[in-house]
Amino acid sequence: MPTTETTRSTSRSVGAVLWDWLTTVDHKKIGILYGATALVFFVLGGVEAMLIRWQLSRPEAAFIDPDLYNQLFTMHGVTMVFLVGMPIAVAFFNYLIPLQIGARDVAFPRLNAFSYWVFLFGGIFMYTSVFAGIAPDGGWFGYANLSLREYSPGPNMDFYALGLQILGIGSIAGGVNFITTIINLRAPGMKFMRMPLFTWMAFVTSFIIITALPVLAVALFMLTFDRFWDTHFFNVMAGGDPVLWQHLFWLFGHPEVYILILPAFGIASEVIPTFSRKPLFGYAIMVFSGVLIGFISWGVWGHHMFTTGMGPIADAFFTISTMIIAIPTGVKVFNWLATMWGGAIRFTTAMLFAVAMVALFTIGGISGMMHAASPADLQQHDTYFVVAHFHYVLIGGLLMGVFAGFYYWYPKVSGRFMSEKLGKWHFWTFFIGFNAVFFPMHWVGLFGMPRRIYTYAEELNLGALNLFMSAMSLFMVVGTMFFIWNLVRSWRKGEPAVANPWGGSTLEWSTTSPPPDFNFAELPVVRSRNPLWDNPEDYDERVHTEPAGGVHMPNPSFWPLITAFGSAITLILFMTHIWWMPLVGLAITAVATINWAFEPAG
Amino acid sequence: MRDGFSKYARRLAPGVLILLAGCAGDYPQIMTQPVSEWGQIQIDIWALVTWWTVPILVIVIGVLAFILVRFRERPGGPEPKHVYGSTKIEVIWTVIPAIIVLIIAIPTIQAIFALQEEVPEDALVVEAIGHQWWWEFRYPEEGIITANQFYVPVGRPVALMLRSNDVIHSFWIPRLGGKRDVNPVVRTPEGVEPMHLNHIVLTVDSAGEYLGQCAEFCGTSHAIMRMMAVAVEPEEYDAWVEAMTVPEEPEADLAQVGHDIFMRSTCIACHAIEGTRAQGRLGPDLTMMGDRFSIGAGLMANTEENMTEWLLHAPELKKGILMPGARVEAGGMPPTALSREDARAVAAYLASLRLPDPLVPAPTAPAADPPAGAEREPAAGEREPLPMGPEPESD
Repeated sequence: MPTTETTRSTSRSVGAVLWDWLTTVDHKKIGILYGATALVFFVLGGVEAMLIRWQLSRPEAAFIDPDLYNQLFTMHGVTMVFLVGMPIAVAFFNYLIPLQIGARDVAFPRLNAFSYWVFLFGGIFMYTSVFAGIAPDGGWFGYANLSLREYSPGPNMDFYALGLQILGIGSIAGGVNFITTIINLRAPGMKFMRMPLFTWMAFVTSFIIITALPVLAVALFMLTFDRFWDTHFFNVMAGGDPVLWQHLFWLFGHPEVYILILPAFGIASEVIPTFSRKPLFGYAIMVFSGVLIGFISWGVWGHHMFTTGMGPIADAFFTISTMIIAIPTGVKVFNWLATMWGGAIRFTTAMLFAVAMVALFTIGGISGMMHAASPADLQQHDTYFVVAHFHYVLIGGLLMGVFAGFYYWYPKVSGRFMSEKLGKWHFWTFFIGFNAVFFPMHWVGLFGMPRRIYTYAEELNLGALNLFMSAMSLFMVVGTMFFIWNLVRSWRKGEPAVANPWGGSTLEWSTTSPPPDFNFAELPVVRSRNPLWDNPEDYDERVHTEPAGGVHMPNPSFWPLITAFGSAITLILFMTHIWWMPLVGLAITAVATINWAFEPAG
Repeated sequence: MRDGFSKYARRLAPGVLILLAGCAGDYPQIMTQPVSEWGQIQIDIWALVTWWTVPILVIVIGVLAFILVRFRERPGGPEPKHVYGSTKIEVIWTVIPAIIVLIIAIPTIQAIFALQEEVPEDALVVEAIGHQWWWEFRYPEEGIITANQFYVPVGRPVALMLRSNDVIHSFWIPRLGGKRDVNPVVRTPEGVEPMHLNHIVLTVDSAGEYLGQCAEFCGTSHAIMRMMAVAVEPEEYDAWVEAMTVPEEPEADLAQVGHDIFMRSTCIACHAIEGTRAQGRLGPDLTMMGDRFSIGAGLMANTEENMTEWLLHAPELKKGILMPGARVEAGGMPPTALSREDARAVAAYLASLRLPDPLVPAPTAPAADPPAGAEREPAAGEREPLPMGPEPESD
């Protein structure tokens, strides 16, 4: 919460503060809620990863029971993708899009709150299963027919099918909201080709979200029907086809990868110019390559299925399309380098993470080219070579970008800097730990260690490498601890920050840190791509000085919370196997929706 | 161009790999040293991509390092010039990667088609059937069924026809080549649909024992779904076929006792041994069990002590399986009520089910009788035994 809120809250009762956060429709508060919640899940997913590393530290180890191990790697994947990667991107979208385009809020503030609450309830629902010891255990990809009732009789995969369905509702609503906001609420003069690159990537990501998540929703409904009512979509004994699940899942799953990485591209494209004191090189190319990646991301899903047996024509098609997507991605990397070339680079923690992201993502991209070639993938598929690859993309790319974003925008959100000293400790421990864990993993894969195995034979000779990786993963734990301590400590004790502490060029830096509730007292007028560099005289204190009559803002509402609860509980009540129970949830949703509709918005 | 290049790459890639790993060890599942042309094509493509893309990585990292040193902020330095882009440069670094993609893509697509051959006439057909969590191998023409370990002759095309009895598995023996999914057979009212049934056609170039394992997550004990391909000279293969169809009789006394226990207990409901009344097909075939590389599809080394523990405690040693223990039921199967003495005898019997050693008698000497399992010394060149599984509780 912004410091102004904090000081105000001391004079208010705990109940009032809680009520304020439960009913808020302020995109900044919702952004903070998203970020904080995602960080909690990040820690949980990290604990799962450490338990996995513990079990794999020795061959033939028996620290963890195989069933529990299968739950751990499944939930590690589900958590990091659905409960960390996407919501943390959405946290940045929420906080920054209105500020970057010069708006006072998102287009649908109450829908925004609804998205968050659905995400929270979905996450809590999924983690209920973890703490009850009945978490999903069929992999984050939940391949049928293993995920059907016949082979997974427990409630585990019910949590998967219903939990992801709930999370998808929130994501789709959020995507619609961001698209509408970006199209309709841009400040005067903020043409599309003047939008900051982060907002552009958020725009592309939102389109991928609203098109890809419904595919997952359909697949999950089919799985739910198969599990609950004995339909035969994937049941081979009745003519069903488990390969259909693979196509649907990856038709969602590959665009999902770009949902995760494009926001990080956006962050890097903001951080690098600021700390190089140079505008982004090739702005238009950066925009179009992002859009192109968004489109091509729909035509590459088959590269997850080269071993499935799609036939040579399909294998060739997906090999080519996957290699082609590397071209716009490479262009982005080259443009970041060109942005830094000739600049005056300041090595702040944010910049260190952004630079690390460029380098580490490139490593992930190159190994991606290797298994894009389907003949090579026949060996690499489902081995630790692939695990190394996508951790370079998701930690090296997404997470490094997100860390950069935290250090970069934290002063805007809190009005205080994160500690640079702790930040550098965080960077170096995490950077060294990450590479020490995941670079050797390429060889572990090439030496023949498959994924998703709770143990490996001693004679594979992989004990030493695995032990090394497990030990080095502690560096990542230490790095994360520095990060979280820094985040918490700086909230009250950080150095105070001015409106534009880094000398950024985009609109969010024109208003105070933290911004007032209404962001901008009068809508800023934009005359270039880098308004604060090109026309600094346009943005004085009038931007954020509250006018005498106040600024009309949307009313808080608790109906989004109730509607979200109703939507989530509708799906959760399927777990009772009583046919009318979900109707209870539907009734709650209906009552809440009607009240929402007739409530004055503000 | 491709051939010359890949010959060069073929020699270098594994060497560079080991070098970078910093430890040259013996990796039985290493993917860069295939013993078939089918596998070699895959690694050649990997090497091709590697040689064309890793230099890009090196250049990017190198330029990045240069930038970070050269263009760091200096006190009193000039304000950086605002450069917004350059069409010429953008075109260059779009076209060059596009050309590299083209260079990689053409041989890759040739390889894709080369790897998906039809089954040749003279191929040895082996059906590899995935079960949770073991492998069944059937030789339809030879009339042989075996499990977790299978023999192939070198120099003759082998067609591995893959199908699953339950969930999706993936057949992967890295030294032979890449993996293919083992999909379940789809049943429709009209009958069996042959859709998604994959096959691998490859010719093994050199004799040896090649370890592999299931590579598609398939449930609780997915990690313990290992297998071994034993590639032997053609005449040894013929001898193996003969031995498998005309099995030995147990000789040692204890083995005879074990034989009797096995044949009158519930073992035979699920397990088959060629030439006996045991003809169950739910579990792995146990013909020539004494020669298998492991117990429980790679769970533990194949010793009589391990087998005894396995017979008594199978569901505790390998979770989720159908085989019951002496006390614990599993998969709805009632406990076997074998005593420890019974289990020892059955283990001795199973250990006595051995192929002649050597498979083909040396031309001057008569065939040596296979030694009884209990006294047997490991033959030269035999692989190290797998370590014991978790310590079972004592009776």
